Amino acid sequence: MKFYGYKRPDGRVGIRNHVLILPASVCASDTTRIVANNVEGAVTFNNQLGCSQVASDQEFTMDVMAGYAANPNVYATVVISLGCENCQMDLVVDAIKKRTNKPLAQFIIQENGGTIKTVERATRAAKDFVQDASLLQKEEFPISELVVGTECGGSDPTSGLASNVLIGEMSDRVVDLGGTSILSETTELIGGEHILARRAKTSEVKARIFEIVHRYEKALQLVGEEVRDGNPSPGNKAGGLTTLEEKSLGCIHKAGHREISAVYDYAKEVTGKEGLVIMDTPGNDPSSVAGMVAGGAQIIVFSTGRGTPTGNPISPVIKITGNKITYGNMSDNIDIDASPLIYGTKTLGQMGDELMKEVQEVASGKVTKAESLGYTEMAIARVCNFV
Amino acid sequence: MTNAVIIDNKDTVAVAIEPLKKGTEAEIRMQDGSLKKVTLIDDVPIYHKFATAEMKKGTPVVKYGEHIGVAACDIKPGNHVHEHNVENHRENLDNV
Repeated sequence: MKFYGYKRPDGRVGIRNHVLILPASVCASDTTRIVANNVEGAVTFNNQLGCSQVASDQEFTMDVMAGYAANPNVYATVVISLGCENCQMDLVVDAIKKRTNKPLAQFIIQENGGTIKTVERATRAAKDFVQDASLLQKEEFPISELVVGTECGGSDPTSGLASNVLIGEMSDRVVDLGGTSILSETTELIGGEHILARRAKTSEVKARIFEIVHRYEKALQLVGEEVRDGNPSPGNKAGGLTTLEEKSLGCIHKAGHREISAVYDYAKEVTGKEGLVIMDTPGNDPSSVAGMVAGGAQIIVFSTGRGTPTGNPISPVIKITGNKITYGNMSDNIDIDASPLIYGTKTLGQMGDELMKEVQEVASGKVTKAESLGYTEMAIARVCNFV
Repeated sequence: MTNAVIIDNKDTVAVAIEPLKKGTEAEIRMQDGSLKKVTLIDDVPIYHKFATAEMKKGTPVVKYGEHIGVAACDIKPGNHVHEHNVENHRENLDNV
């Protein structure tokens, strides 16, 4: 199975050809928005962080920024910083260069004479990158070049009956073809960690699965909170999910049946071509997806029960629901209806073929519903309050 | 017509795949394709759970063949099973 993508100078393969206008902190986010609006083919996001963070928080933010710039869907990056933030320009640039050798430009607002002069220079750099990017021709690559991130959001009982089961089938097929599949959302492994641990490739991986689950629960308890206070969410419960364990046991179906070869911390670079892996991310969808995209996922496959329009600035998000009512209500947002699996009108094999075809087509350039509607919302995981 | 499913043979709950009314008979598709019938004693919204076995207060509620919580009161076959009669219970699963 093959797709048409873009070869990057660092050896990886992209399925989009974006120029990223990267805000190093919240204080540069409006500036990157103005620049991205000026240039067709440029993408950006609203970075709420990048300053006044403790070290562990800053590490999350730095890894997402560096990982976004290194994601193979990005041709080149224009970094804009204010100048005085904790995520200093040289730190951000060094972090990007550790991950990739792709084209990079940088502008510091305080050193470039404020908004208008910075916008002028950054716009010109972005425009030049977009023109250079447009010269690149697509080439044929095997599916093994793909890192697929899996996610579930707005879950209900149909997620565990159909959409996550279908994602698991896709995950198995991607792994069997030599690619990489990421299971995420540590809060939604709680109650199912023993099932995943039995599939760990090594005793180290098994220990890491238990470690990330206990670490997450403990981190919330340290500030006097409980993971169950907001999880399952009101929508999960209205849909019929009663406990976090029930939600988790549905969630982990996304990991299919293959052995788990590695566990990554949030937003760290995923090696690729290593089968099924887990990344330690929040259950919160936009920040979990951001972690996997920073890890190098070129494509996200996302299941939902209640329905969501969500997308991502860098990687296309294919959305699936097993809830026939939600598909009927939100077919403008949902790419694939997996409800035939519940009602026995299609087999898992048939729907697996359909989803693999969708992955192949989106990898080759087909626009997802979220892309067509311009959805780019995202968030970055956090440890604690600002300092 | 089948209007509910059981995910694992060990489960004590089934999932309604249509809205089901109190007093009607749920026709449940088991994993091996066989059918099981339970008369409902509550209304069950679509995709919600109902009991297929008796669960005494404090005993596990089983779905996916795993514990999803414990019965907060005695639950009879045909009862809607949700927040009103299930409590969270964090088990240590490190050596399961």
